[in-house]
Amino acid sequence: MADLQTEHHGHEPEQHSEHKVVSPKVYGVIFLILLVGTALTVWASYWDVGPWNAAIALGIACTKATLVVLFFMHVKYSSKLTKLTVGAGLFTFLILVGMSLADYFTRAWGQW
Amino acid sequence: MSTIVSLPDQATARIPKRNYLSNENGLLSWLLTGDHKRIAILYLISITFFFAIGGTLAGLIRLELLTPQSDLFAADTYNKIFTMHGVIMVFLFLVPSVPATIGNFVIPIMVGAKDLAFPKINLLSWYLYLAGGAMTLWAMISGGVDTGWTFTTPLSTHFSNTNVVTTGLAIFVAGFSSIFTGLNFIVTIHRMRAPGMTWFKLPLFVWSNYAGSILMVLGTPVLAITLVLVVLERTIGIGVFDPAKGGDPILFQHLFWFYSHPAVYIMILPGMGVISEVVSTFSRKRVFGYTAVAFSSVAIAVFGFFVWAHHMFIMGVSNYAVLVFSLLTMLVAVPSAIKIFNWAFTLYKGSITFETPMLYAFGFMGLFTIGGLTGVFLGSSGTDIHLTETYFIVAHFHFVMVGGMLMAFLSGIHFWWPKMTGRMYPEKISQLAAVVTFIGFNFTFFPQFLLGMLGMPRRYAAYPPEFQVLNVFSTAGASILGIGYLLPILYLIWSLKYGKIAGNNPWQATGLEWQIQSPPLTENFVEIPIVTQEAYDYEWLERQKEHEVTHVG
Amino acid sequence: MSDSQAVATTVDAGHAGGHAAHPPYQRHHFVSMEQQNETTNFGMWLFLLTEIMFFGGMFTAYLIYRNWYYPAFVAASHTLNIIEGTANTGVLITSSFTMALGVWCAETKRRKGLVWSLIATFILGLVFLGIKADEYHEKWVLHHVPGTYFSAQAFVHPTAEDGKPAEKPLAPDMAAHTEVYFSLYFAMTGMHALHMIIGIGILSFMLFRATRGAYMDGNIAFVENFGLYWHFVDIIWIFLFPLLYLISRYS
Repeated sequence: MADLQTEHHGHEPEQHSEHKVVSPKVYGVIFLILLVGTALTVWASYWDVGPWNAAIALGIACTKATLVVLFFMHVKYSSKLTKLTVGAGLFTFLILVGMSLADYFTRAWGQW
Repeated sequence: MSTIVSLPDQATARIPKRNYLSNENGLLSWLLTGDHKRIAILYLISITFFFAIGGTLAGLIRLELLTPQSDLFAADTYNKIFTMHGVIMVFLFLVPSVPATIGNFVIPIMVGAKDLAFPKINLLSWYLYLAGGAMTLWAMISGGVDTGWTFTTPLSTHFSNTNVVTTGLAIFVAGFSSIFTGLNFIVTIHRMRAPGMTWFKLPLFVWSNYAGSILMVLGTPVLAITLVLVVLERTIGIGVFDPAKGGDPILFQHLFWFYSHPAVYIMILPGMGVISEVVSTFSRKRVFGYTAVAFSSVAIAVFGFFVWAHHMFIMGVSNYAVLVFSLLTMLVAVPSAIKIFNWAFTLYKGSITFETPMLYAFGFMGLFTIGGLTGVFLGSSGTDIHLTETYFIVAHFHFVMVGGMLMAFLSGIHFWWPKMTGRMYPEKISQLAAVVTFIGFNFTFFPQFLLGMLGMPRRYAAYPPEFQVLNVFSTAGASILGIGYLLPILYLIWSLKYGKIAGNNPWQATGLEWQIQSPPLTENFVEIPIVTQEAYDYEWLERQKEHEVTHVG
Repeated sequence: MSDSQAVATTVDAGHAGGHAAHPPYQRHHFVSMEQQNETTNFGMWLFLLTEIMFFGGMFTAYLIYRNWYYPAFVAASHTLNIIEGTANTGVLITSSFTMALGVWCAETKRRKGLVWSLIATFILGLVFLGIKADEYHEKWVLHHVPGTYFSAQAFVHPTAEDGKPAEKPLAPDMAAHTEVYFSLYFAMTGMHALHMIIGIGILSFMLFRATRGAYMDGNIAFVENFGLYWHFVDIIWIFLFPLLYLISRYS
């Protein structure tokens, strides 16, 4: 991480990120990838590949979201704290979804 | 009895002329303030108001239960009373109690900042709290709500014809108040610390509020969306929780308890922080195992998200989920026990004195331990099936919330009262109040464990006559408890004018907040401190005092 | 607030060293602009965290019912307008792009660029809401809005329309469960639209200030943090689109 520098200005011993200006070219490339991803996900949904349809749709959505987070939202260039915050949100979200679904899936297994 | 209280010479001592209270006058200077200390006072007044209402409702419940018949109120009135008692006590008292009052007041000072990171959002959070409170009161006086504070579907969405929508939206609004408080704390603790104030020099009160704030920020939104869905279901009839349309009422339970179980830790963690400060100060020792206690707060916060379904063992979740959640529930006992044992070791060979905050802290440790251990009964699915929805569960969470949290809150209020107001509370009568509270509490709630074991269900206005003896005990205890809570309200107000001048550091405590004047300046510090000492370093404090003496003399 | 500042001037005299250099928009309780910016940025991220959990509840509900009532979800999903949905996705991604450009213009102090980017974002936001409103209207006409007006008849007796072959009919009890799908559809897209409306409100305020020359002095935290919010709303839609519109389009 070249853009992360340890900067001790007294009040805060954590790592600080220098404010990085992302060039419009990067934004443009990401924008195009997002548009292509949208087209791809619509196109893919018209092919019958069984359970893979959902996986492909979610995979493309996750990729698009990751690109938006990393570049449009500057997380790639941000401090570790920001990255940790995003990770914490994702983690708790997955607990909510995962452990709730775990109950629903195991209900089908019936009694002991 | 020995004491560590050292007050300035009362003949010459004065409250500092310039402080946060005298800085500006007039009602508007309070209503538009950005000062975290003034907002803390605003919160203190408002939560005391709601505590009084919630307490009165509790008194009415106990009066009704004095006799086996439902003679004082009709059954549905009784339902509305215990619902309102729960809603007010949980959302308008316990959740904001320690964080929004004591935390708001001392956290910025403890980390060495001039204010919280977002003063205006802090003020907004108080107004949201008031709005939520006002809506709750409106729901109460315009017909009440009878679903219990848990808003169980489909009762809340279809069958109750009371003010579910108003109350739900009230909690939604109050929830945002709590989100903003938590957000403000996390940002402040990360970004506003004074030079040299590393994470492991922070007082444990800051650590536990940090952990509690994480839960507020991550948990409360789930409650918010759940209540929105309930309101939508009630008003326009969407079908997310409605079994008639294919929805699953148990999903409501999942979403509700995903917040409401962590909410228990939102309530108790800040209280645990108070106990760490008080136990250390009144045994003149660094908290034993500082790092373990600090991380146990974070561990409680993380584990808190993994255990919510233990509220749902009898509601139709799968057997396998019951097994997993039951096992995970036991995990929470570990960090809680770490705290209790470390406080005990802090007391060991300490120079213990028995000022009022310490008496409340002892009350906390005993009652919280009982509350926590009975929680193990309820977390084990086998015993839970027998005990859930009985008075055992009522006794359990009142031991944790009232015996634990309320004791911690009172301990903290007494402990920081001199800092907040510049004056001491009267010592003898407050010690009496602490003892009365402890006795009254045990009289009130211990019989309820027995009632629950015998099978008395909760939430009924009437009960079989064989339960009456224990219920009479409980009601009698409640009246003692009521006196125990009334006393502090009276003598604390009295002390505002007649209390002894406290001076900067009546307890000889080590926190940054005790090194500045009482009451503090608006911006807390004359100079932003540079922190070199560890938390609870009493030798450092001694050296500071020697330093002062040699320099002044 | 004025009370704090009154004391700030006198108290700060003690360490007035670097005080003269402080820009006017630095608030009194921060040591440096860097600290202030990092603090507000972190605060914004925490707020977005709460938003993740807010939508998280609905995503959980969606996943559960999709597994329970898959045929109903497929049939109901096919009644959504795929053209409008795809177009809206494009519109929202484009608005995210123009917002990102706006942040860049503010960073590099291009006033005209900022104003035009914000105008573009504003218009695209309105276009999104317009298309959404048209879709909602279509749902209303088809009796697909949950509540007393809802009717699942079209799923039990599907009719061919516009050259498309008729959908496979559903059993009446499964067809009734399309109401769960539409409940979630309206709850999720409605909450998303509400966030868009709030965003457009803040955006117009920001646009108004930008035309007056604001954000050209390096104090761009507001633009950056609004950008984060706008991108977050975009991300929610990136997930809503395949989950709601694209369930087994082939069948």
